[in-house]
Amino acid sequence: MGDNTLVLGHRISEWCGVAPVLEEDIALANTALDLIGQTQLWLGLAGEVEDKGRDADRLAFHRDVWDFRNLLLVEQPNGDFGRTMMRQFLFDGWHLAQLRGLMGSNNDQVAAIAEKSVKEVTYHLERATDTVIGLGDGTEESHKRMQAALDRLYPYVGEMFIADAVDEEMVSAGIAPDPASLRPGYEAMLDAVLAEATLQKPADDFAHKGGKSGARHTEHLGHMLTQMQWLQRAYPDATW
Amino acid sequence: MVTEKPSLETVWSWLSAVPDPEIPVISLTDLGIIRDVQWREDTLEVTVTPTYSGCPATSIINLDIETALRAKGIEKLTLKRQLSPAWTTDWLTDTGKARLEEYGIAPPRPAGGPQHCPRCKSTQVEKISQFGSTPCKAQWRCQSCLEPFDYFKCI
Repeated sequence: MGDNTLVLGHRISEWCGVAPVLEEDIALANTALDLIGQTQLWLGLAGEVEDKGRDADRLAFHRDVWDFRNLLLVEQPNGDFGRTMMRQFLFDGWHLAQLRGLMGSNNDQVAAIAEKSVKEVTYHLERATDTVIGLGDGTEESHKRMQAALDRLYPYVGEMFIADAVDEEMVSAGIAPDPASLRPGYEAMLDAVLAEATLQKPADDFAHKGGKSGARHTEHLGHMLTQMQWLQRAYPDATW
Repeated sequence: MVTEKPSLETVWSWLSAVPDPEIPVISLTDLGIIRDVQWREDTLEVTVTPTYSGCPATSIINLDIETALRAKGIEKLTLKRQLSPAWTTDWLTDTGKARLEEYGIAPPRPAGGPQHCPRCKSTQVEKISQFGSTPCKAQWRCQSCLEPFDYFKCI
């Protein structure tokens, strides 16, 4: 959870100062801020559970690509504004369902972080949905770009719902929901929004995977980390 | 230096004089983020809940609480972060809501938008963006006086 919010939070912060209009610039920066705030909570908890003296900052800045456990979707480059918003929408829909599941976790801290985050993410999904509909059912150009964004990103959707050994253990311990159980609700939400946005969901449901397990990230994450981590790499343990 | 522990009521009154760093017309108690104040033996424990998880004002708020209480002579102090129950705008006091409106920020409403323009009170208002200059606000515009204004999001 923390790596997803960290990587996507950093990605959308790349728009800061260069978004198409001021309001969208502010909206993306605000969303990034929420996600980075959630990262501090999740990675802070991860560090406590691990109990090896690593805090949220250390986990964020002192790990290399193969140690990241984020979905491949969130590390994909921003592309144009439409692709950024399509990626946000595809992620937010899953994120909200996952957080609602985690609110029922039998781990109090997980449930509390989920309860806090769910309010922010409800808002993110609302905005991403409006934007996807507005641009999908917009001009010929915006429609074309949104369809291209969906075609490009849809192969990264499947990974969110495929369980690995860690997920299975989390489910049996009552800590997290079964990823596959979230898919029907997600697909229903997706179909309704895409219909309104006049966009076609790709027929092929091939899924790229390997981000969540860290086995095979796309080339983009390493490039992103060189930006995100350069200060800590150049000046280890520098503080503000 | 205090020789006796001040009462909890006194501590609450001190905290109600600490302004929010971003919106100084309302206090931290108006904002509803101080969840509890307790004496744990001779240490004062103040429980604070964050508004938004990434709000940059959070660390300033903690610093302001500490500074205010130290100025009153409290030496042993701990700040506890409480995430659950998550902060909601329902915890804004009525005084807080009225002060926001006077300041030009439309207070939160469960209906999801402002009742009227905080300047000219016209009910003809429209949303510009769901986000604004701080995580807790959105941007709206009055169609009567044409002024843009902030709306305090309802969460």
